[in-house]
Amino acid sequence: MLVRGVWPSRPSFESYTADFDELRGEMLRLLDAAGAASAFDAGVFPPVNVSQDDDTVFVRAEVPGIKAEDLEISAVRNRLVLAGRREIPREHERVSYHRQERPEGAFRRAVTLPAEVDPEHVEARYADGILTLSLTKAEQAKPRQIVVKT
Amino acid sequence: MSNEWKTGLQRTEKPNLAKGPEQTRPGPTYTPAADIFENDDTITVLADIPGVKAADLQIDLRDDVLTLSGRASAGTTASESPVLREYAVGTFFRQFTLSDTIDQAKIDANLKDGVLRLELPKAERARPRQIRIRAE
Repeated sequence: MLVRGVWPSRPSFESYTADFDELRGEMLRLLDAAGAASAFDAGVFPPVNVSQDDDTVFVRAEVPGIKAEDLEISAVRNRLVLAGRREIPREHERVSYHRQERPEGAFRRAVTLPAEVDPEHVEARYADGILTLSLTKAEQAKPRQIVVKT
Repeated sequence: MSNEWKTGLQRTEKPNLAKGPEQTRPGPTYTPAADIFENDDTITVLADIPGVKAADLQIDLRDDVLTLSGRASAGTTASESPVLREYAVGTFFRQFTLSDTIDQAKIDANLKDGVLRLELPKAERARPRQIRIRAE
């Protein structure tokens, strides 16, 4: 709930951004409650889903119709960069289009991962237009059971 | 650099299906982006359906209405906990009305890397038939 005095004494830049942060948090919460899937849409191609278990970070991206050799993937610490180009092959010249909706072009996107990963142990698979990356977490980023001494 | 930015691939939302037959399976339904073009003897339909396996795709043509329906699989395992979710997985559904009659015996459907390519040769009117999908 936003509560403000009628005459805020000395409005500063910080207080305005704090209000926007609060508003943004509230909107995300409402969108989540309404079941909106894209509350965290970065607006950058390709859309990615990130998940993790104890040892691995999984990144999945919807990239239909791309050749595997046109994908460029690099990982440093907890930062992953996906780059590539989607090209739609030209059809024979004597065709007339009814619809042309499928996009093409180049993309380069960075994703911040929830943990540092070991760049030596990244597995990438491309099937059915979905790119799946399995990134093994760096040894120091894995959760550890801590034994309490008595 | 700025030029590259302009021609870069933009992220577009998978549009939710606005109308059409109600789905019996729960979950979101999306309209796949499609290219449709024709020459003198063939109509070709290309559709982006990432995550749909050939076995989960149905293509149906009857009474000049072409129906594409495919269920995408998320491919996640039970032990994973989500961190970031930018796209949802659901059913792709789209219908087209074809103005030309199609030779149904010669329809070719090919699914590769999440892109369906459907070649519909023009011909005289034929009877409804389910279309088999060739996986690659």
